[in-house]
Amino acid sequence: MLLKRSLIIWIGLSVGLSAALSWALPGEATSSSWQLIFLPGETTHGHYQIELKCSACHDAWMGMKKDACEDCHQKELDASRDTHPKSKFDDPTKKGLLKKIDAQTCVTCHAEHEPERTHPMGVSVPLDYCVYCHEDIGNDRPSHEGMSFSSCATAGCHNYHDNTALYEKFLYDHRDEPDFRETMSVLTRDSAINTGERLEAEQQNGPPGSERETGVIKDWSETAHAAAGVNCQDCHLVETDGKSKGEPAVFDWSDQWSMKACEKCHASEVTSFGMGKHGMRLASGLSAMSPKMARLPMKSHALHAELSCVSCHQGHRFDTKQAAVDACLNCHNDEHSLAYLSSSHYDAWKEELAGQRGFGEGVSCATCHMPRFKNDEGVVEVEHNQNGNLEPNEKMIRSVCFNCHGLGLTLDSLASVDAIKDCFSKKPQSHIESIDMAVARLKSKLDARARRVGQPTTKSP
Amino acid sequence: MSMLPSRWRQDESYDEKVEKMKLNAVRKQLWATIVCGIILGMYVGCAKTEPAAETMASAASAPTGISPKSFADAVHAVMMADRTVYATHVVTNLKKQSAPVSPSEYWESEEHKIPLPAQMFRMGAEIVNKNAEAGFNYGLKSKWPLNPQNKAASEMEVKGLDYVAEHKGENFYGEEEIEGKKYFMAVYADKAVAEACWDCHNNHENRGDDYPEFKKDDVMGGVIVRVPMP
Repeated sequence: MLLKRSLIIWIGLSVGLSAALSWALPGEATSSSWQLIFLPGETTHGHYQIELKCSACHDAWMGMKKDACEDCHQKELDASRDTHPKSKFDDPTKKGLLKKIDAQTCVTCHAEHEPERTHPMGVSVPLDYCVYCHEDIGNDRPSHEGMSFSSCATAGCHNYHDNTALYEKFLYDHRDEPDFRETMSVLTRDSAINTGERLEAEQQNGPPGSERETGVIKDWSETAHAAAGVNCQDCHLVETDGKSKGEPAVFDWSDQWSMKACEKCHASEVTSFGMGKHGMRLASGLSAMSPKMARLPMKSHALHAELSCVSCHQGHRFDTKQAAVDACLNCHNDEHSLAYLSSSHYDAWKEELAGQRGFGEGVSCATCHMPRFKNDEGVVEVEHNQNGNLEPNEKMIRSVCFNCHGLGLTLDSLASVDAIKDCFSKKPQSHIESIDMAVARLKSKLDARARRVGQPTTKSP
Repeated sequence: MSMLPSRWRQDESYDEKVEKMKLNAVRKQLWATIVCGIILGMYVGCAKTEPAAETMASAASAPTGISPKSFADAVHAVMMADRTVYATHVVTNLKKQSAPVSPSEYWESEEHKIPLPAQMFRMGAEIVNKNAEAGFNYGLKSKWPLNPQNKAASEMEVKGLDYVAEHKGENFYGEEEIEGKKYFMAVYADKAVAEACWDCHNNHENRGDDYPEFKKDDVMGGVIVRVPMP
């Protein structure tokens, strides 16, 4: 009898558990916190926001999707002129190297869900991985003789992918630069679209009764939106019917706002927002990112906020200055963010706001983390993937630091953990020798050339 | 009884009915075996004739097919033609016009620069190497590489680069095996044709003390074409 009862309970539990697990099974269109039980290990800080969207990286059988990594990261790798692209190893003679370390597969070095062997930069192989192919570097560069291979990828020396500001000639060309450049150069933003005629407050086309919203109308009338002819209905009319029935679309006024409205004129900004930690959940079809999900310290009052365009560009003013500092510090509560308020960067920002400095001479959070750049059409845009230049942080050298600082101070600062913590309030104590080594080597080559030109060698190939 | 099939005669006993069912089952199995046998026989017959057809086709096409050597010679001719056009009609033409754009090794990070002809050649090789449908690889290597990555990477490459440097006007052809796969390999001499080439190489910061002083028509390296063999 007891056995029979146990059997019934066992069968019941098994069926129940199977049903629960089946229900929680990750699917293309589903994402529930129940799926957490299927996570094989903690996800890295770069992917945990979308860890419940298994299909972002995995196929139906939980294998890796073809091009799962490249779909999000290839553009970035191309822009960084990747020094170790997969194609570098297509030459059959390189196959021997691939047997040592499969450099044509991203997950060789960036394994996911394996926290016990993952380093802060998302690298999951021992940090002396360079030794596999460059063990004889001491022959080509005697200055490197005896250095530890785990120190190659130290900030300021080398990176596996992005060396756009670390190659020898670049270091040599930017030797002896002053810590502060004589003139600061920050690109001026171009308008997203500027074809309409300026609108005045009384030209607003909101629904009847809108004229009573004087505060909103005043805010709007003073923005670039009104100046560019963007009226209320351009953002607040949403499609409510028609299209699904194959009929002409029907639009109705909505007090609610949608990112699709922003996307109509700011497509590239919305796209790059979706590439960063702020927007990658929305871009993956999940709910909006919220500070309560963050792994960095966040302010308690902001924990339940949800991130979208208007969380930083609050309507109806869409104040970019407010978005550049106040919006960030409204949520971020880590050491680096808080130290900004006592840094010379912030002093310069306050002076710019007060009109004591020219445009672009102050340094906001956005100045460094959302740099301006010229796109292929020559239009100046603002990078809205605020993580795009952070890992490795040498990505900031050319696009950010160089606007105001020389290479020497830049390399020393970016390599200093203390300097990063105190938001570059003090000069870094440590020194990176990259420039010194490049100068010493190239100088000896130039001296040799001078000697040779005076007395050319008679050798012939 | 009402549930029984209507074709069953009411006067048959139960045992007779069972006997009949068994017989029907055996009969069905027999037919199924015969049909399967016929299908299997047809399949085997077809399978046997297909390779024969293939053999005939390959035998017929063998004499007119392209040999790896002809293929390598042909693609090398295209590569060199494109590179010559770039060097002559783009780079030299810009220089003649004193254009504000000039070739530079660091064209990616400097303003108003375009790739050197050799870099253009390498970028083309990279695109072909990435393309699985191209079915072959090529590259530009040298006995005297300014970039260590462009030195010979196999015994056959060393042999080939030595050969074209020592035998002016000749190409090198050979076969080699890399990681269990056979390749046909051709090496074509890469010569110093324009002063800009040897002037830049001879004065490059990466050259060692024993680097040769190149002059016109010297062999500076070799184009290596590698075709996988069955």
